[in-house]
Amino acid sequence: MTVAAWLLRRLVASIAIIVAVVTFVFILIHLAPGRPCGGRDEIVDPTICEQVNRQMGFDRPILEQYGLYLVALAHGNLGYSFSLRRPVRDAIDDTLPFTLQLAGVALVLDFLLGLALGIYQARRANRLPDVILGNVTLFVYSLPTFWLALLLLLVFGEKLAWFPVGGPSDPVLCPVIDSAFCVADRLWHLVLPATTLGLVGAAGTARFQRAAMLAVASQDYIRTARAKGVPERRVVLHHQLRNALLSFITRFGLALPFLLTGAVLIETIFAWPGMGRLGFEAILTRDYPLVTATALIASTIVVAGNLVADLLLGVADPRLRVRAAEDLDIVTA
Amino acid sequence: MTNPVLLRVRDLKTYFVTEHGKGTARAVDDVSFDLYPGETLGIVGESGCGKTVTSLSILRLIPEPPGHILPGSLIEFDGRNLLALPLQELREVRGNQIAMIFQEPMTSLNPVFTVGDQIAEAAIIHQHLSRGAARARAIEMLRLVGIPDPDERVDHYPHQLSGGMRQRVMIAMALVCHPKVLIADEPTTALDVTIQAQILELLDQLQQELGMAVLLITHDLGVVAGHADRVVVMYAGRVVETAPTDALFERTTHPYTEGLLAAVPRIDAPRSRLHAIPGQVPAATAWPTGCRFHPRCPHAWDKCVAQEPPLLETGTPGHTARCWLVSEPERRVPKR
Repeated sequence: MTVAAWLLRRLVASIAIIVAVVTFVFILIHLAPGRPCGGRDEIVDPTICEQVNRQMGFDRPILEQYGLYLVALAHGNLGYSFSLRRPVRDAIDDTLPFTLQLAGVALVLDFLLGLALGIYQARRANRLPDVILGNVTLFVYSLPTFWLALLLLLVFGEKLAWFPVGGPSDPVLCPVIDSAFCVADRLWHLVLPATTLGLVGAAGTARFQRAAMLAVASQDYIRTARAKGVPERRVVLHHQLRNALLSFITRFGLALPFLLTGAVLIETIFAWPGMGRLGFEAILTRDYPLVTATALIASTIVVAGNLVADLLLGVADPRLRVRAAEDLDIVTA
Repeated sequence: MTNPVLLRVRDLKTYFVTEHGKGTARAVDDVSFDLYPGETLGIVGESGCGKTVTSLSILRLIPEPPGHILPGSLIEFDGRNLLALPLQELREVRGNQIAMIFQEPMTSLNPVFTVGDQIAEAAIIHQHLSRGAARARAIEMLRLVGIPDPDERVDHYPHQLSGGMRQRVMIAMALVCHPKVLIADEPTTALDVTIQAQILELLDQLQQELGMAVLLITHDLGVVAGHADRVVVMYAGRVVETAPTDALFERTTHPYTEGLLAAVPRIDAPRSRLHAIPGQVPAATAWPTGCRFHPRCPHAWDKCVAQEPPLLETGTPGHTARCWLVSEPERRVPKR
């Protein structure tokens, strides 16, 4: 009951956040200069534009458009993309898997590499390996992702030609993923874009994890574990890491916005047909329904990620578990 | 004392390099004492005298750097110098033959593991018990230290227990392997007075049941009077007086010990201002020359400034004091 009530409260709050994001994006993109029809350099007959605007409902007052959009949304209808001339839903369905693959692989790299580096550095805090790695991670973390992407592209894609320079898979051999070979081909195409995103993320994670490990290292209970005769390896990986992971879980929720915004640039640079690139192009064409839909999906992923992080934290930290239960007892009593 | 010594500490020096290597804090400077089987030895002194560093040095729990134990120090247990032991062998002593409980029961338990798991851990590591057997042992230990409903409490987390209960859990954890020595570093300082008495009684009772020796580190002379067989008084990183407990209270010799005793408020004496030893404990980076207590001592004369006294025999068996007054009692300034 208690967990269910907590979850319900969080779900309601999450939906409110998503609605707020959608509203904000909807208003913002309508306020932005430029028109869906004849907005860019193209020369279109004004009468055609008028007709299109009437068809799409762009000539109505913004509040009315917003109301109609919400009603459609409530029916699961994301609208029609006039620039792609297909339902927004279909465009999202085609691109979202690519973004999830990219962000997923980048997230794994980010966390595995970041965790390992952070633990290693904390074990050797303030000694030479830690100082060197500390500077390296600071450097990588401050690199703009698009710059690192171009660098990797130049070195490993162009000069060394170890990895493909763009695209999600070999268009001749693997137009669809239907064999183990094509899965490998997909991963091979993922190396450069995922490494770019993952490296920058891992640099941040490593710095974060080092600090978390050191904060735990000076706790009394670590001394208690040593006094018990616990082997050093177990002191670090069991007593210390288990506590340091609590703050790491919070970072999981924070990593998602970074990966999704990073994906916009990375997908554009590596010709990755994901949702980030879709949204980017939608903004250029003032494709209102498409822009709002990508923002909606992205914010849902971020909000869901944070919800998962909070749930995981409740599992990992016994103090939160009980406190949440007690809070709700007071509320229900 | 005809018993063989269980734990022999000789010439222990534990120094800390201060920030940016500007100086060395000689926190423990040439400390020696013996612990015999089954006895309780109290180590008394105010904050900063080196008593906690001494206790941590025994199991080499001093963080290095900044701390280090100087070569020439000896901590002999069971015929072996713990300071020279490889870490692997030292681990077999830690928690198994010499166990330790700490001052802060609130922070000394790991918040994310159940108390049962934390008690069982030492038994699994040292005695290779199965998880089930270790859990049964943990419940048995919880019962031994007087925790009600041990079958339920074993699955509780530290934050679900009160301070006194947590210290009981710490004791259960320390004693799970039936160690020969228990080092108790200010075990009751963080607890309410009534809980203090319960914990100390529990320690006495367990000591009799299990026959271990206890090294009781405290700043509280009242605790020492009620629970220690012998006392070592420390000041400024040095042992300044050592005596059987009765002798220490009846024939207090060192002016520092006198000061400590005078500072204890008494319920049976007429109410007056609390006595305090004038001055402050000097910094460990710059101990005074000669007798380290001379700047605060009412009796000090030029010899005390120039030359540090050794631990001198007072005449009572086992009673020594690091004070020139032992050999020159006529120098004692009468009380006003």
